Amino acid sequence: MYRNKTLWLSIIAALVIFALWVDLSKTLYVPSPFSDKPLVNRNVEVKLGLDLRGGLQTLLEADVPADRVVKAEDMTNAKNILENRANGLGVSEVVMQVAGDRRIVAEFPGATNSDEVVASLKKTASLEFVDMGNTPVPEGTIIQTDFGASEPTSVSPDSETPPDANAIVYHTVMTGADLDSATVGQDNSGQYVINFTLTQKGSTIFGDYTSKNVGKYLAITLDKQVISAPVINQPILGGQGSISGSFTLESANALAVQLRSGALPIPIKIVESRTVGPTLGEESVRKSVQAGVLGLIVVILFMTLYYRMPGALAALALIVYSLLSLMLFKLIPVVLTLPGIAGFILSIGMAVDANVLIFERLKEELRAGKNLRQSIDIAWSRAWPSIRDSNSSTLITCLILFIFGNTFGASMVKGFSVTLALGVLVSLFTAILVTRTFLHTALDNLKFSEHPSWFGL
Amino acid sequence: MNIIKNRYIFFLISLIVIIPGLVFLGLNWKQDPVEGPIRLGIDFRGGSLLEIEFNGARPNASEVTAIYNEVSTEAESVKDPIIQPLGDNAYAIRSRAMNDETKSVIISKVEALAGPVTVLNFTSVSASVGAEVTRAAGVAIFMAAAAILLYIWWAFRGVEHPMRYGAAAVLAMLHDVLVVLGVEAMFGYFLGWEADALFLTAMLTIIGFSVHDTIVVFDRVRENSRVYRRLDYETLVNHSIVQTLDRSLVTQLTVIFTLVALVLFGGDTIRHFVIILLIGIFSGTYSSIFNAAPFLVVWENREWENWFKRKKAAA
Repeated sequence: MYRNKTLWLSIIAALVIFALWVDLSKTLYVPSPFSDKPLVNRNVEVKLGLDLRGGLQTLLEADVPADRVVKAEDMTNAKNILENRANGLGVSEVVMQVAGDRRIVAEFPGATNSDEVVASLKKTASLEFVDMGNTPVPEGTIIQTDFGASEPTSVSPDSETPPDANAIVYHTVMTGADLDSATVGQDNSGQYVINFTLTQKGSTIFGDYTSKNVGKYLAITLDKQVISAPVINQPILGGQGSISGSFTLESANALAVQLRSGALPIPIKIVESRTVGPTLGEESVRKSVQAGVLGLIVVILFMTLYYRMPGALAALALIVYSLLSLMLFKLIPVVLTLPGIAGFILSIGMAVDANVLIFERLKEELRAGKNLRQSIDIAWSRAWPSIRDSNSSTLITCLILFIFGNTFGASMVKGFSVTLALGVLVSLFTAILVTRTFLHTALDNLKFSEHPSWFGL
Repeated sequence: MNIIKNRYIFFLISLIVIIPGLVFLGLNWKQDPVEGPIRLGIDFRGGSLLEIEFNGARPNASEVTAIYNEVSTEAESVKDPIIQPLGDNAYAIRSRAMNDETKSVIISKVEALAGPVTVLNFTSVSASVGAEVTRAAGVAIFMAAAAILLYIWWAFRGVEHPMRYGAAAVLAMLHDVLVVLGVEAMFGYFLGWEADALFLTAMLTIIGFSVHDTIVVFDRVRENSRVYRRLDYETLVNHSIVQTLDRSLVTQLTVIFTLVALVLFGGDTIRHFVIILLIGIFSGTYSSIFNAAPFLVVWENREWENWFKRKKAAA
């Protein structure tokens, strides 16, 4: 199984150089020799979890009787809609994930005012048809309307030009409540449109309004933001119409879902809410990193003192292990939480175990009088079954923890299982291949029989 | 060194550790029949935890209680919170679950009382979610045990009675679970520690580690049983334990080094978690050496048939 020492040594060297590059940089940037577009341009900053950087995490649940099955599609749609709403808040890097079959985890890094965030999440998206008079508005503009305002004041846009465009309050003709259905279709030019039908009441209002206002602008807004603002070409009497905008199939679908349901496809309630202040997070990061570095140093010292030469090489392999793990955390990327860091530090202890198993075996074989090269080979092959089986059982536990964490939106538990599992996998590589390569390389340059004390014998 | 010969002494030591733990589990239960034997944190029980730091002087706990009682409503009762000092100028306040609006009302009232505050941490979990998480945690532990039993059964298929190895590993694992639960109950009884999601994480890690350790010892039994076919089982198992003893101790030491570093420098948030891990890891090593492997011998000799008396050496 193990033949080509030089090959492995160069693979390890290449990996370490690459890992150092990833570990020490904030972005990976490789310019292309042929064009202006870089070949690689990737942000590899360590992603910190909410407990470390501060922020708000909420767990949302479908507010339906417990025995009712919630369709996965509904959950995904609800998640997408909530994501849009949250992004509108100006909180960066909002993460939303469906957890299990009826929950959504929402994370708002750096958000301190949980009330504001929660309130805007709860708010249902409201669709309005707004009378714009003769004013054309570009898509995306946020306007004020008299719908939902505490004091409905109607200001006609036709009156004197107001001093501030933002101050105009437009009149809402009709809201999404009068919508009966909405589907995605394509118009003659192949553009995606949303076809809607109105309720009876809606048809009457809409028919009246469009008859009187041919040639004027009608804005369709979602949460006061203009989706499209077409000119009324002709009265729409049958209670049917279509909304065109610059839609892709996905955005048209998302909007149709929102329109159909008024807001979310299923009612949602908040069942869990966690806020971590940023100062607490900062302190935790600093302390955990300190603890990690200290733990690593103590383990390195111990291994070197106890196992001498092989121990020192294992310590070197342990440093390779740390570099590779950090590289993986940054590349994948793994969101580091406090338990995640704890899991990583614990995996350092487990990484050492594989080497301990091998070295104890090595000592035994040497004591039994076998020569060094033979002993190393035997030690590795004999220790392998126990390394394999013991680490497999740890990986099984990690898998169960991951499933548990994922279903309940317990990101702490999930983080722990991910870093521990990664740590175990990387440690298998470093303890078995890296240490062995180092040991063989060292042995080419010295004679063991002259220095038994180097092996703690 | 003969560990197998003294196996009943080691079983007794385990009992001496486990029984007081069971007593405290019972005491907790008696004290609060609703909450059960372990003080569950809000992750499992539902409820809210608010940690606030005062920029100025910290008010009296009774004043904060008064605010909670004032805000409490019929629909959302947050009456009589449990208030614990946190460091020099902060409080950790536990009550039943509340929504974010209630939290804001409380914060503004506290600020009116004691000047500006910083919210270090706010968590609120509804009771139904808590109950579901508790059930799932039980299922997770059970699943982990079952999966590990099956894995060992399969991994040891080459030796006689592979199922025994799986059963012995699970038994040692149960030992560690009981030790940790007992210790947690004791801490809960005296210091008011609550089991939270991190406690569950610790528990599952301990299960993983315990089995990890046991497998290393069993692996040696597996290997030796091929090499020394004529050796009687007791001597074989004892020999395997002694051979792996150095490794068990060294590994235990390295893990303990890293964990002690975490206890000393890792900060308050995870201290509880790491202490539980330390105890569990220690118990895990003990149980794999002194319980799991000797249990194989007990089974081989079917010692329960004559009241756990050891077989005569000549037999």
